[in-house]
Amino acid sequence: MTATQERPSDEVEREIGRDRRRKEDQRLITGRTRWTDNITLPGMLHLAMVRSPFAHATITSIDTSAAKQATNVVAVLTGADFGEELGVCINAWPITPDQVTPNHSPMPSDRVAFAGEIVAVVVARSAAEARDAAELVDVEYDELPAALDLKDAAADTVLAHPDLGTNKSALWVFDSGEAGTGGAVEDAISKARGDGIVIEREYRQQRLIPAFMEPRSVVVDPTGEQYVMYSATQIPHILRFALAATTGVPESKIRVIAPDVGGGFGGKLQVTPEEWIAWAVGRRLGKPVKYTETRSESLVSGHHGRDQWQKLTLAAEKDGTVTGLKVELLADLGAYVAIVGGGVPVLGAFMFNSIYKFPAYHFAVQTVLTNKTWTDAYRGAGRPEATYAIERLMDELAAEVGVDPLEVREKNWIKHEEFPFTTVAGLEYDSGNYEAATARAKEMLGYDELRAEQAARRASGDRVQLGIGTSTFTEMCGLAPSRVLGSLDYGAGGWEHASVRMLATGKVEVVTGASAHGQGHETAFSQIVADRLGVAFEDVEILHGDTQVAPKGLDTYGSRSLVVGGEALVKAADKVIEKAKPIAAHLLEASADDLEFAGGRFSVRGTDQGMAIGEVALATFAAHNLPDGVEPSLDSEATYDPVNFNFPHGTHLCAMEVDTETGELTMRKYVCCDDIGNIINPLIVSGQVHGGLVQGIAQALWEEAVYDDAGTLVSGSFVDYLLPTAADTISFEIDHTTSPSLTNTLGTKGVGEAGTIASTPAVVNAVVDALRPMGVTDIQMPCTPERVWKAIQGAGSGGATEGAAMPHFESGGEMGNQEQPGTSSTEGAGA
Amino acid sequence: MIPAQFDYMAPTSVEDALAALAEHGDDAKIIAGGQSLLPVLRMRLNAPEMIIDLGRIESLRGIRDDGDAIVIGAMTPHAVVGSDPLVAEHAALISKAVEHLADAQIRHRGTFGGALAHADPAGDLGAPALALGAEFVIQGSGGTRTVAADDFFVDLFETAIGDDEILTEVRVPKHTGWGAHYEKFVRVAHQWPIVAVAATVRADGGTIAEARVGLTNMGSTPLRARATEAALAGQPATEDGVRAAAEQAAEGTNPPSDLNGEADYRRHLARVLTRRAVVAAAGG
Repeated sequence: MTATQERPSDEVEREIGRDRRRKEDQRLITGRTRWTDNITLPGMLHLAMVRSPFAHATITSIDTSAAKQATNVVAVLTGADFGEELGVCINAWPITPDQVTPNHSPMPSDRVAFAGEIVAVVVARSAAEARDAAELVDVEYDELPAALDLKDAAADTVLAHPDLGTNKSALWVFDSGEAGTGGAVEDAISKARGDGIVIEREYRQQRLIPAFMEPRSVVVDPTGEQYVMYSATQIPHILRFALAATTGVPESKIRVIAPDVGGGFGGKLQVTPEEWIAWAVGRRLGKPVKYTETRSESLVSGHHGRDQWQKLTLAAEKDGTVTGLKVELLADLGAYVAIVGGGVPVLGAFMFNSIYKFPAYHFAVQTVLTNKTWTDAYRGAGRPEATYAIERLMDELAAEVGVDPLEVREKNWIKHEEFPFTTVAGLEYDSGNYEAATARAKEMLGYDELRAEQAARRASGDRVQLGIGTSTFTEMCGLAPSRVLGSLDYGAGGWEHASVRMLATGKVEVVTGASAHGQGHETAFSQIVADRLGVAFEDVEILHGDTQVAPKGLDTYGSRSLVVGGEALVKAADKVIEKAKPIAAHLLEASADDLEFAGGRFSVRGTDQGMAIGEVALATFAAHNLPDGVEPSLDSEATYDPVNFNFPHGTHLCAMEVDTETGELTMRKYVCCDDIGNIINPLIVSGQVHGGLVQGIAQALWEEAVYDDAGTLVSGSFVDYLLPTAADTISFEIDHTTSPSLTNTLGTKGVGEAGTIASTPAVVNAVVDALRPMGVTDIQMPCTPERVWKAIQGAGSGGATEGAAMPHFESGGEMGNQEQPGTSSTEGAGA
Repeated sequence: MIPAQFDYMAPTSVEDALAALAEHGDDAKIIAGGQSLLPVLRMRLNAPEMIIDLGRIESLRGIRDDGDAIVIGAMTPHAVVGSDPLVAEHAALISKAVEHLADAQIRHRGTFGGALAHADPAGDLGAPALALGAEFVIQGSGGTRTVAADDFFVDLFETAIGDDEILTEVRVPKHTGWGAHYEKFVRVAHQWPIVAVAATVRADGGTIAEARVGLTNMGSTPLRARATEAALAGQPATEDGVRAAAEQAAEGTNPPSDLNGEADYRRHLARVLTRRAVVAAAGG
């Protein structure tokens, strides 16, 4: 056996801060790895789903006889065949005690509530045969009126679930006056109507689709003592809990494995009908079963994101000092309240005030049921919506006051020396430096030069106008404090667990409850442990995603893995060192008090004697010569629950060229300076920032889930749901300032969502900034060339999206049912 | 997604392919690269029982000089067409359009004749073929006939090719020395054009002697902007010289309304893009 190579402390190269290439990438990128769909078990059967084409309909009959006769079909099952055995899809976050929550059967037998809902499942010996037979299932429906438009649904004109009597699910309110965290917003607004500025706007957060790369897939193996579910999920631990809670199988008999998972963006933070159906079918037939969705199914039935109307009132003094903010949201839940569904806007409730010192704040969200695909977390979850609203408003305020958008921000933001700062929403921001990040971003952009060019283009009436968009964002992440989550009625905690196992050969196995789906945990966590224990990066193995390997955890979302899971890792590693110390002292025949640990080595102070931690591990494994009463194990574990959220921030600047003749947008430059505290792996951070930026820019410019007036998803393929590729983006310039987090020992802050949260308003602000002299104050997202062109023509924010697809594969739908753009007004008394 | 079950054959001569087509009739579908057909099959929007693959018929591949025309075999991949020096010299408009056609993978799998026979009005090749006055050589059991571009595109996804016929090659009259430009308007790079304009211009000094303008996605077929063409003759090859003629580009068009824009916006785009395309083609 070889012990870990000794690394003298004075020559140790720190792993933290190194641009390590991701150790997991080769297998992930080549696909020669354990994607769920790659898993094949003996005797495995395949499932195909029969889905409703109607948004809202009563199921009058389901005839499965022809499908049952088809080649190699084993069974065709409906909801009625299962009854309670099927379980239900759960909502883990009822945001108010009186929340109206429709029962969510994975496979309803009486009524469907959105187009794409499953009504029958075909089980066959091959996926192709299952798919063929699914077309033979004859379902008769009686169509019901569908609640589609969010505002109409909020008025209960048509009911999404007639038995509930209302579409209004929950009204959640935060008021700084009532909470004692600030004044009364109505007072601020009425004062500003008299002698200040009141800006009233209504913004639309369009519906988005997470569009992860790997479609969702599930394999159920009921053949062992424990039932095993493999699933392309972000949340194996929560999934296991939910299966036990709703299907009657003891938790101890359930093993959930999230093997390699190809992206999620929140879209795999769900317990899905497909998982529940596969579970029930596997148990019923006693054979392994697999279901992998098609992309079309993914787009129509995987949960969607965003979809809000935001009514906003900002009060300020005439010099631009903000005095109050009132936020009234309508949030579209879709047909059901998904696992965190109603909670998504609540995650944004504390962020509309952002980095600004509002003395009064009021937030209210009405969640609304409709007959569309259910909605839930999508990268940023609540915080992009909040950031968009406030950053758009701050630009409007700057325009009203007649100053540079950065000037009005600086006037109102929390100064560096004011940290820690308790906000009007009741959060304590631990650290930050908005001045430094903004100064750096301005320098990177060449802010003053581009402002000069903008002025010149305006003066010359150039066909191509230039706009500069600003977003000085912050967000709350690292979900997290279990007590806070409890106070918000969330159904679980926010701790994370880790364990560190010292192997006899000097290798280290690290088990984390935060299971990656593309983030690079295996690399970043290896770097942390390598530094902490002084072992080689290559000697650290990260295990995750299998509830029998990593039995405790709360999974990966909300930019929590590093700031919560990473801290658990540090604490577990420190316990290993504590346990090793008396053993090392014994072996070195020294007092533990005389030992110091550095660079992976225990040394006896003042001597050249010492031994590496790997040597201690080997000695502990042999257990031939341990101190009396010491257990022969260095393995340690820790569960960490932070005391606060985590508040990354940054300044993002976007320069956009607008062709005023066609409405075409050409991004000229995008820079950002993010403060995410200390950085473990700059390369991974760059990847997160670049990818996040593209995702946020895509909301601003390209992506939108559009339904026709029958409730059919028109943007149901990537022909019509426009995802950008590398060809559509420019090379971003990114940098960082560093204000270490004060709430974890590594000083890290989350970065997984930052780019997405920050970039959307920067882009739209840039477009509006370019066109403001033409009277344009808003353009509805996505800012299509047509909307931009129409706004230039004086047609408001550009109008609704036509609810018809390009007819490359089949004829498109009829005219759309899209919501009309919002109204807006600005009052500037005496301004 | 998994297509419905189908049989597959790959004949090695046009005669064998025609015989197969005659035998299977409506149950058969020709695959000529598959970049449009395969998505249709995978989404189960169509389920032919027999797929006849033209990919192994050597005679349908390649580009040759035929006196006053160049001849492009129907099964020549886009990438080959796009990099062919004969095409670049004598039908530059096609080279320019292929440059912007879909993405590199599709340009290597998809074929020139396959795309034209599919007749998607948003396809990038119809407008250049129209503008250049291409002739379509169609073979059936009764022999070969030639159809002019103006008569080839009948309607959405419908051409003059009969059910029992195969497009074998496209003859493109030489436009040697003509400037060319394909102005394509998209929101993301891999998208079908919202509108595109194919312009090719014979300039005489600073003046436009002759111009041909084809429009993509401005109706159920590719269209010629004939009023614009007529008005361009004799105009200076400058933005101002072209402006008035380009204003007529949307005349007689019937563009669709969809997620990417309403018909009126497309008409506006057609006028602007025509001006830009003609100026660029004229070297202005």
